[in-house]
Amino acid sequence: MRPILRLLNDELVERIVSEARDVLCKLGVEVHNQGVLSMLRDHGARVEPTKSRVFLTNTIIDQALDTAPKSFKLFDVLGNETHDFSDNNIYFTPGSAALNILDYPHGEIRKPTTDDYVRYAKLVGKLKNIASQSTAFIPADVHEKISDSYRLYLSLLYCEKPVVTGAFSIEAFAIMKDLQLAVRGTEEELAAKPLTIFSCCPTSPLKWGEVTSQNLVDCAASSIPVELISMPLSGFVAPVTLVGTLVQHTAETLSGVVISQLANPGAPLLYGGSPAIFDLRYETTPMGAIETEMIDCAYSEIGKFFGLPTQAYISLSDAKQLDAQAGLESAMGATLAALSGINSISGPGMLDFESCQSMEKLVLDNEICGMVYRLIEGIEPKDDFPSLPKFEELLREKHLLISEHTRRYLRGEFYLPGQTIDRTNRTRWQGEGGVTLLARAHREVERLLDEYSPSRLPESIKREMKKLMEAEARRHGMKGLPKTNW
Amino acid sequence: MGRLAEILNHLQQGNSEMVSNLTRKAIEEGISPKEVLDRALIEGMNIVGKKYGDHEIFLPEVLLAAKAMYAGMDVLKPLFLKEEVPHRGRIVIGTVQGDLHDIGKNLVGIMLKGAGFEVIDLGNDVPPEMFIEAVKREKAMVIGMSALLTTTMPVMGKVVELLRQEGLQDRVKTIIGGAPVSKEFAQEIGADAYSYDSANAVKSVKELVDEVKERYGGNP
Ligand code: B12
Repeated sequence: MRPILRLLNDELVERIVSEARDVLCKLGVEVHNQGVLSMLRDHGARVEPTKSRVFLTNTIIDQALDTAPKSFKLFDVLGNETHDFSDNNIYFTPGSAALNILDYPHGEIRKPTTDDYVRYAKLVGKLKNIASQSTAFIPADVHEKISDSYRLYLSLLYCEKPVVTGAFSIEAFAIMKDLQLAVRGTEEELAAKPLTIFSCCPTSPLKWGEVTSQNLVDCAASSIPVELISMPLSGFVAPVTLVGTLVQHTAETLSGVVISQLANPGAPLLYGGSPAIFDLRYETTPMGAIETEMIDCAYSEIGKFFGLPTQAYISLSDAKQLDAQAGLESAMGATLAALSGINSISGPGMLDFESCQSMEKLVLDNEICGMVYRLIEGIEPKDDFPSLPKFEELLREKHLLISEHTRRYLRGEFYLPGQTIDRTNRTRWQGEGGVTLLARAHREVERLLDEYSPSRLPESIKREMKKLMEAEARRHGMKGLPKTNW
Repeated sequence: MGRLAEILNHLQQGNSEMVSNLTRKAIEEGISPKEVLDRALIEGMNIVGKKYGDHEIFLPEVLLAAKAMYAGMDVLKPLFLKEEVPHRGRIVIGTVQGDLHDIGKNLVGIMLKGAGFEVIDLGNDVPPEMFIEAVKREKAMVIGMSALLTTTMPVMGKVVELLRQEGLQDRVKTIIGGAPVSKEFAQEIGADAYSYDSANAVKSVKELVDEVKERYGGNP
């Protein structure tokens, strides 16, 4: 049986949804984008132009929910299927867009460079339980105007997995789409085999900025999947209660579903988010708080109530180092997310309120994800009944180490983590140098990087992407791109 | 308990009505407005700010106390001659161009206001020139800038540079904040201060304002 967690009963889900609809129809949402406002007006929404406020109707909302796909797939750069966002399937993706990277071994933070990004992309390619890349941080050695597209470029060059990403401006969308077209060949092929997911964030409370609403429309028009990332902060720019925050999250996310589906009915999307409680003592947005994780799991239930695939920023930590807090918060989040069937689980590698990526943590989190995958497989009988023959064998042989049953099921029944997780006895652990978690994780990072083999994307495509990216860099006054060889 | 101590007490509890009533009583009893302001209202907010910084109380309590302080101020204001309505200093604050993250900036603004500063909030996505125009127009002593994106941090440097070009760098101090910036970054671009949260921002802005006042007197 697949274990499933539920935090809301049906009645509460329906009440939250009906309150959210009320908010959208009676209070409306602010949309700071003329094109999007007129699109909404053309479809029957009332617009108050001076305040850029638009009042939705239940008909518009229902239509959007009707056309939004109930599932969709992702494909790697070679065109192989990697993700099927449907039912309770789960996939992990690293936390994205960190400001800093945590340096080994001293645990200092610094702004990342192209070299760091390349190492990261290579590493993600080797992590079995991380299904996609994300554009995890911003290389500081290129012009800020290309910092979003350049991450995508490096990702597509060095790693075959699909990419969770996002644009920082309206203009950047063009090059970020062109890079994908270079990989897929044609518009049709890109629409048929999505390669990326773009984050599109409403601003709490109940507002869409010009850039993100345009990104949302542009992605929809090209059938590029989006994840709607609403971030109500409970107690500050959202009600302090989890239910109140859920009403706001539902309203903000539904408004995104509407914009996307009006732009292109059937455009793929994830019902997602990155809400957090607001810690009124430290003025921070803890992602590892249990209440933050409860909000995530609960809105995923609401997304599933609409029949939509879901996403959340949930398996990450606010710790500053790879310490016990980092492990406990990430593991708790990953476990709850998996039990809730959140389809795209964002967070691995991330520390410090979504602002710091660590390669060593990514390797540890990969193990957490492995354990969690095992958890959701649940407990199933495997040639266990009738039991008597096995127990007769055990009593006769005194052990089952070489039993046929053991050999058949050992590998599937247990998830055997890599060397980052210590399962040696103390004497052996001491004998091998008493290596700490951080050092073990680092060793694993280096081992996996040594094993790296280049992406099998054809050279001609890599060269074409390079040309596109160089032209974009020149457009912004850069002479060239930092040196890389793939 | 003396009248001022009473006000101080109710202010810390965030009781606007009592602060307003007691301020009125204090004036009736002949205590000077200046004294009520300095020794009860401002002093009360100093204590509240310190308690918040020490995590003895939480944000909602600070904001309620600030509201109570303004209730007292409303009583005092008509008693001051127009040109001497006391404020601790005028600050222009905004999130820099290209950046829409304004939650942290808003919080810093609220806390500065609560501490008795006059805050001119330019909103978000603010171009460098607009900061300069605003300080000139408002005769502000401090510019507070916020950035949450790696890509928008450099705009802060431009504002500092423009201020220098206008020869205003001594009269107008700059303070920056936001997740990607740091003390080192502030030094790098020549900003005068950096703060990591709102309680710390209040403390730093006080120091900056005092510095300007010492040089140029109350109204630069
Ligand atoms: C909430 C949020 C949003 C909201 C903002 C809503 C709003 N009205 O502000 C929305 C959804 C709109 C948003 C949008 C985006 N965001 Co955002 N966002 C955040 C998040 C989660 C929290 C920020 C926050 O409000 N924190 C709470 C406040 C209280 O803290 P604070 O801002 O740090 O402020 C405190 C101190 O820094 C200081 N301070 C702040 N300002 C000032 C000013 C002065 C003068 C002083 C003295 C002190 C000071 O005091 C404050 C109070 O304690 C951060 C993650 C993070 N940890 O920072 C990402 C984050 C900043 N966002 C990020 C990104 C990528 C984006 C988008 C580009 C996403 C997209 N693709 O659309 C867009 C950009 C839009 C734009 N052009 O600005 C990245 C930045 C990546 C980078 N390397 O630059 C972050 C780090 C998250 C991540 N890893 O992806 N975001």
